[in-house]
Order: sequence, then structure tokens, then C-alpha cells
Amino acid sequence: MHKIYTSIVQIAGDVITVEAEGVGYMEIAEISTSRGVSLAQVIRLDGNRVSLQVFAGSKGISTGDKVRFLGHPMRVSSGEDLMGRIFNGSGTPLDKGPVLSENLVDINGPPVNPVKRVIPNKMIRTGIPMIDVFNSLVESQKLPIFSIAGEPYNELLARIAIQAEVDIIILGGMGLKHDDYLFFRDTLEAAGVLSRSIFFMHTASDPTVECLLVPDISLAVAEHFALNGKRVLVLLSDMTNFADALKEISITMEQVPSNRGYPGDLYSQLASRYEKAVDFDAAGSITILAVTTMPGDDVTHPVPDNTGYITEGQFYLKNAVIEPFGSLSRLKQQVNGKTRNDHRAIMDTMIQLFANYRETLEKQAMGFQMSAWDKKLLKYGKLFETEMMSLKVNIPLERALSRGWEILKECFAPEETGIKRSLIEQYWPKT
Amino acid sequence: MQAKRIGKVTKISGNMVTAAVDAAIIQNEVAYIRHGKESLKAEVIRVRGNKAETQVYESTISLQVGDIAEFTGELLSVELGPGLLGQIFDGLQNPLPSLAKKHGFFLNRGEYLPALAEETIWEFTPLVKIGDKVKAGSRLGFVPEKIFKHFIMVPFGLNGIWEVIRIASLGRYDLKTPVARLRDQSGKEEDVYLKQSWPVKIAIKAYSEKLKPQQPLVTKMRLIDSLFPVALGGTYCIPGPFGAGKTVLQQLTSRHAEIDIVIIAACGERAGEVVETLKTFPELIDSKTRKPLSDRTVIICNTSSMPVAARESSVYTAVTIAEYYRQMGLNVLLLADSTSRWAQAMREMSGRLEEIPGEEAFPAYLESRIASFYERAGVVRLHDGSTGSVTIGGTVSPAGGNFEEPVTQATLKVVGAFHGLSRERSDARRYPAIDPLISWSKYPSIIPQAYRDRGHEIMRKSHEIFQMMKVIGEEGTALGDYVDYLKGEFFDSVYLQQNAFDPVDEACSADRQQYIFAFIYGILETEFIFENKEDALKIFQQLRQLFRGWNSSEFKTKEFENFESEVALLIEQKRSPKKETSNA
Repeated sequence: MHKIYTSIVQIAGDVITVEAEGVGYMEIAEISTSRGVSLAQVIRLDGNRVSLQVFAGSKGISTGDKVRFLGHPMRVSSGEDLMGRIFNGSGTPLDKGPVLSENLVDINGPPVNPVKRVIPNKMIRTGIPMIDVFNSLVESQKLPIFSIAGEPYNELLARIAIQAEVDIIILGGMGLKHDDYLFFRDTLEAAGVLSRSIFFMHTASDPTVECLLVPDISLAVAEHFALNGKRVLVLLSDMTNFADALKEISITMEQVPSNRGYPGDLYSQLASRYEKAVDFDAAGSITILAVTTMPGDDVTHPVPDNTGYITEGQFYLKNAVIEPFGSLSRLKQQVNGKTRNDHRAIMDTMIQLFANYRETLEKQAMGFQMSAWDKKLLKYGKLFETEMMSLKVNIPLERALSRGWEILKECFAPEETGIKRSLIEQYWPKT
Repeated sequence: MQAKRIGKVTKISGNMVTAAVDAAIIQNEVAYIRHGKESLKAEVIRVRGNKAETQVYESTISLQVGDIAEFTGELLSVELGPGLLGQIFDGLQNPLPSLAKKHGFFLNRGEYLPALAEETIWEFTPLVKIGDKVKAGSRLGFVPEKIFKHFIMVPFGLNGIWEVIRIASLGRYDLKTPVARLRDQSGKEEDVYLKQSWPVKIAIKAYSEKLKPQQPLVTKMRLIDSLFPVALGGTYCIPGPFGAGKTVLQQLTSRHAEIDIVIIAACGERAGEVVETLKTFPELIDSKTRKPLSDRTVIICNTSSMPVAARESSVYTAVTIAEYYRQMGLNVLLLADSTSRWAQAMREMSGRLEEIPGEEAFPAYLESRIASFYERAGVVRLHDGSTGSVTIGGTVSPAGGNFEEPVTQATLKVVGAFHGLSRERSDARRYPAIDPLISWSKYPSIIPQAYRDRGHEIMRKSHEIFQMMKVIGEEGTALGDYVDYLKGEFFDSVYLQQNAFDPVDEACSADRQQYIFAFIYGILETEFIFENKEDALKIFQQLRQLFRGWNSSEFKTKEFENFESEVALLIEQKRSPKKETSNA
């Protein structure tokens, strides 16, 4: 049986140090306190001094409490039994269902061999024109939604989750408000997809350390399903809270901070999670959609900045719409050539004209006179905003493309759009 | 060499493992941490008393205090020999396709495979005879590898003059069979195999002298070759914010550069991008050799999810392989994407070592490490008089896109060309997004210096006028200034920008660049007569339209000539007659 140690020599923040032997790095231990039992993970070994981060936080831990090492790193149960269930960051059920202990998988598994990845080539349809038409989401893509507090990013996530054609949805919530958690649960339930969803929830009032586990545990389960041929969509909200939890722990561990207090390995920490997005050669896939709230709407803040270097594009959610400029899906070229032959032309033309519209708006604001062309642009811009950009619009890609042609016809003559003649002949609305 | 020594692990923090050893410890020697059946590669990076602090190139999960550390006495090395071309290695030179075959989807820790397949048979042709005097780097023979003569050389680590006492005859040999035996003056004998190994952190110096990089390396990107050229044996860096197109630029360069061999070091970046390269290169045909691009490429990949410590070794592994092929008289281009990730790996390790941090917590030795890496580039004259070169191009990912950060600044000090990408240019979809106003190059261009100066001048002037126009409006700008602004915009859009999705425009040969630039120089120097600004704008828009078509027509074809005469005609209509006579 596993030996029990009672010699806790230091408690600082959520990290405790105990004197023990034969302990593995990153091993899991159980701490029995007067408040109950909590898990903890080894984060440093120095001689016989073992430092552990306590998942439930160190409040109420006594130096005389018992620490029992379990002899293995953090694991999570995976498999069909998880469907429709809700857990916290350390895998304990939050619903009334039973505790699961079968099919355990390590949450810090090895990286995928790049040779066994395939070039992503399947589009995920969302019914949102700003995504489907202009920045297509691709299976196995990792994409954050850059936003600020108060924007409806969780609504957007939930909507994509409901409409995306995937087998399994895994929601990793980090530092969520309790209302947001309930919102996700109710929305997915109302849409009838809760039975193929799995929740790992850390709310703002839960211990910080559990926040760190949420992405790992969500992605480990996702990976297990993907290896069995399932197409998994992982939603992570909000990764800035994850980064802040990293910051808190690393400062507690007296690590030298690099940028605005964040640890020097922030990039690697984020990358090792996001890089779990994968399209396996001859198996399933993992797509990651995350929310990154930008403190002060500042994209150069370390969290969005490092994220941008890792992910395959980003959606800017601003004023409740996906901003066409700055939003980018790096993988869209892999799929938007195969949908309909007017897809790329509509995408380029409508965005260019919308850019012109923005310039005209500026001119208008400065009091310059509006030319005939400016007036056309103003009309176009309004239509584009209400019929394409608004998140209320919910139409399939083909309908959106056709709607695009109609908007163009309402505002412009064919040659003013600069679209190739052959496409005009094929698609320009006749009546 | 030291015999194997054993130590015991005393401390584990992240990927830093400290072991106590009661014997001599060599700085930078390789150690293996044994844990159960696993054996994890590590490198000694600091020694304190009897404690060796090592960085482990693998995940350290489950390692325990008291585990055995075995010190090998050897520095971290790579295997050099035929079979490297077309391969995909991780940062420690494990062949990834073979690992996938053996272990499936994942890179399990502690699984190492030989870099070169030892049983492969190579056709060896000797070039020396018994009694010949040779030294490190001398060619003993060659084997054919893809389209190259892969020279088998005297191991770079042998000092002094050696005599050939046995040389294999023409025939087929594998990597385990000696092909030559050498004896030095003291009578010591050494076998030579088709492969040799070399420590990655030490530059190969088996050449007679290092020369000044003079000859341009043609990347077939107009903006680079004409205005901000790179030289064979030179160094350049590409810093830029995310989404500005660093990786695309590197990929285009790796496809089109006129060079013998390309080494791609994907260091701490997205796996998806490596996948694209490794899946498409076998199908893309090199225009010069008519062979798949993968035949001239070696990929070293340590993507961001792979162990952090191996990022550093991936950069060194790549440069060592580059130097090896340089020794055969070849021109090698090393593309490192991204050096910032390597610098961050150093920062992580420095933090674990509890060193006093420098700026933004980077270690104080950041600059010297970056400098010594780029210094491994160069053109060298080999012992037989031929030359070979290693050119290094590294991307930098500055935090927040701000170039005032330590890695960018340290890199700028040591490179010969700077291709700074800007967010404004990429947002305006002006690709390649190299900002002509901030970039520079110290190398000679393929176009005459006067033309190059004119190109820089018009870009600066056009930008100044544009800034002015923002304040005083178009109405308040003089027609002459307005035309200069249009000339700059025109030059930018038809020459500096290039369409990577157009099969012709994506790669522009040196001849074509010289031809077109001379033509554009003529336009920039022309005095036009315009009725008003609208007229000027219209003409330049027409010119731009025509030029776009011209750019996507094959060089020196009928179509090409048609476009040329159309452009010439348009200019003739608006040329100032006064200027004509003064020229005559």
C-alpha cells in the first residue's frame, strides 16, 4: 500500500511542501484534511522535499495532515460513460451521476508525431456567414475568439457547438461565472445536444489549481475519442483565466516572471494545449475553439499575443459581431476552393467593398461630400452589416453566397464589383 | 573520452534534473536518466560541486529522486552521412517517419532510433589511393545521393596529416563497413565509414578560409532580390507580428530559392505548417532539377508541443547538417522558424537554473548565443579550392509585434539583412508584407545600385507625400507630388508585391527582375503630362492593371511582349515632349 506522510513543512499559496521519498514528478497525492480529501500534484522534487499544488486550495490544511501518494500522474476516466456528464477540473462529478474510474487515460500524454497528421481539409459548417463564407472553420483547426468582457462570446461558442456537425462536444470552462455555466448547460440541453456533450467546469469561485487542469483533462478525453475515430469539438472558455492561474502558481513557486508577471513558458504552456488539435491519419479529429478575453481590448497583451502565434487564425468579436478585419482563418484556403466556384470571389469582393465602405464612413464623418459611388457603398455597407455580419443571421453557406450576389445586385452594376465575367454570367441574379 | 559514469537524481523541476555524481563531469555531455525501462536523453548544462544540472529532452513526468543518471562522456552529436536528404527528423535527429512506423500516433518519450539507416547500401567510388596524404575534410570518395555527389570525407575531428593505408574499391557498402583506414604521424590508426558524427554545438572548421558573402542568393521574390537581397553565405532575419506571413515567406523561399540544399528547422512552431511542407514537398517539382523538392530538403522539426529543451538542439542539429553539406562544395540555405521560440526555451531553462534574469527575463547570454549561431553561416574556401556556403534565414516572433525586444535586437546586430514585416502591410493585403521603409540589406543586389537607390527613394517619397495628404487632403497636394505618390504606389503594387497564388508571379527569375526593373526605372524617371489628378490616377490604374497581367504571363512569350508594348504605348501617350527633346 502507499505510504502516508504527515510531515508538511511549508504551506505557501496553494503549494505545500512535504518530506517524502520515492515520489514521482507530477505524481498525484491525496491530502486528508479536516475539510475533506483533496487531490494534489507534485510540481517540484528537491531531495526529500516534495512540493505539491493542492487542487482544492490550501485553506484549512494543517501541517499535521496526512498526504498519501497514489503512485501515478493525473488521470481521467474516458469513454462513452462520460457523455452528458458534468465534472469539475479534477474529474469529480458535479452532477448526480456516479464517480467514474474506468478507462483511465493520462492527462499529460505524449505529443503527436507530425508525420501522423494529415493536412486539414474538411470544413465545419456553422450557419454563420461571417465564418462559413469569409473565414471558414476547418476540422482540426485551433482558433480563439478574441474578445473583451461583456461581449457575447459564450453565446457564440454555444451556437457553434450546437450547429457544428461533430460527434462529441467537450466544454472546458475556466473561471466561468456560475450563470455562464448554467447558460451553457441549458442552451445545449434545449438544443438536444447535451447527450453528446461532456462538461469540465471550473467556476470563478473554485480553487485556482483546478483551473489549470481543465484544458488538459478536456483534451485528454477528446484525444481518446479522436483516436477512436470520433470528430470532437473542444470549447475552452476562457483561456485568459487559465493563463492567469498559471501566473498565480508560478509566482507562488517564486519563478522569475517575464512579461507582465506571466511565466516565461507561457507560450509553451498554451501551445502544448492548443497543439492537441489534430486531424489523425486514419482516425478522428480534435477541433479547438477557445475564448481569449483581451484585458483592455489590447491584442499585444501577453495572452492574446502568445495565443495568436500559436493558433491558426482568430475571430475578433467586437460590438457583438465578428469583425471582418483582423479576423482570419489560416486554414480557409484548404476548404473554400471546394465548396462552390463563386465562394472565393464573393469572399474577396464583399470584403474589399466593405473596406471601401468603412473608408467612406470616415469621409462622411469628416464632412466630405458623398459622391454617387460613396452613396452606393453606404447602401451596401448597411446591407452587409444587417444581412451578413449580424450574428442573428443563421443560413447555410450556399444561401449566404446567393444572398451575397443579391446584395451586390441591389447596390452595384456587375462591372463595378470587379468579379470575373464568367462568374457574373453564372451567378448574377437575373431579375 | 571518459568512461561511463553513474549519478543519482537529487532534484527535479520541470525539465531540469539535477544529479549527484562522484566522478568528473563534462560540461554539455549527454546523460541518460533511467526510470524503469525508460531512458531519457539529457544534456549537462551546469556543474556545481558534485551536482550536474541537466536539461532533459523529454517529459520528466514520474521521474523520481534516486533514479540513475548515466553520463556518456559524449557531447550532443548528430550523424552525418548519405541518407539525410529528404528525411524528417526531430530536434534530436530521430527520423519521424520511422518512429511513426514503429510506435504509431505518438512520440513516446525515450524512444530513439538511429538517424541514418545503417543497412542501406551505397555505391562508393574512391577518390584517393593508398599512400595519399589527407586531413580533416579531405574527400576520400563519394556515393550518389539523390542528384548530388555525396562526398565521403575524412572525419572533421581528426587533427593533423593522415596517410591513407587502406581504401575500399568501387563497390557497394553499408554504413557499418569501413571504407578507408588512415594513419597519423604517431602511428595511430582510424577507420573511416560512410557516416561520421559531430557535436552540434561546435562549428565544423575543416576549410581553408572564410570569404566575404558577395554573390546574391536568388529567392525569386522581387522585393527581396532587388531591394533587400540576401547573399550566399549571408544571414538575414524576418521579424514580424503574428499573421504577417513569416511562415508563408519561409515556405516560398524554401520552394523557389536557387540553392542546392534547403534545411528547414521548424522550431517551436505549429505542427500544421510542418505537415503542409512534408506532405506537399514530395509532390512539388523543382524547376531547375526536375526532381521533387523533398530531394533537396531536410526537415528538422520540433513543433511547439514537442519537448521544449529539444528546440535548442533542433536549431543546432540543422546548422550542423548544413555545414556538412557545405563541406561538399554545395550552397545550403538554412531556414529557422522561429528563433524566438529557441530563445524562449533558453529563458525557461535559465529560470529553472535560477540565473539572474536580463531584459524580459531572457538570460544575459542571449545575445552571444544568437550571435554565435548566425556566425556559423558563411562562404568558405575548402581545402581543394572549391567553395561552399551556408546561408541562414531566421524568423523572429517579437512579443506584441514590437521590434524593441531583446531577441529582435540581438538578432539585428549580427545579420546582414533585415526583412521587417509590418501589420499595416499585411492588413492591406500587400504581400510579401516586408516593409520597404524599415527593412535593409548590406548585400549586393542583382540589379544596378542606381536602380536600387531609386527604388528606395520613390518608396520613401511616396510615403511622405501620403502622410502629408492625410493632413491637407488630396485637394491641397501639388500635382507633381501627387504623381510621385502614384509612382510609389505603382512601384509597390506591381513590383514589390507578388501574388503567391499565381503560378507565374509566385517566382520571378533574376533575368526577369532585371528586365522589368529596368523598364520600371524608365517609368519612374519619366516626366508625365497629366491634365489633373484624376487623369493621373486613371493612367496609373490602367498601368497597374496591365502590369498585373504582364506579371502573370510567362517571361519572353508572345503574351509577355504584347503586354509590354501595350504598357509602352500607354506611357508614350502621356510622356512629356520637353523631356523627350532634352534627352535627345
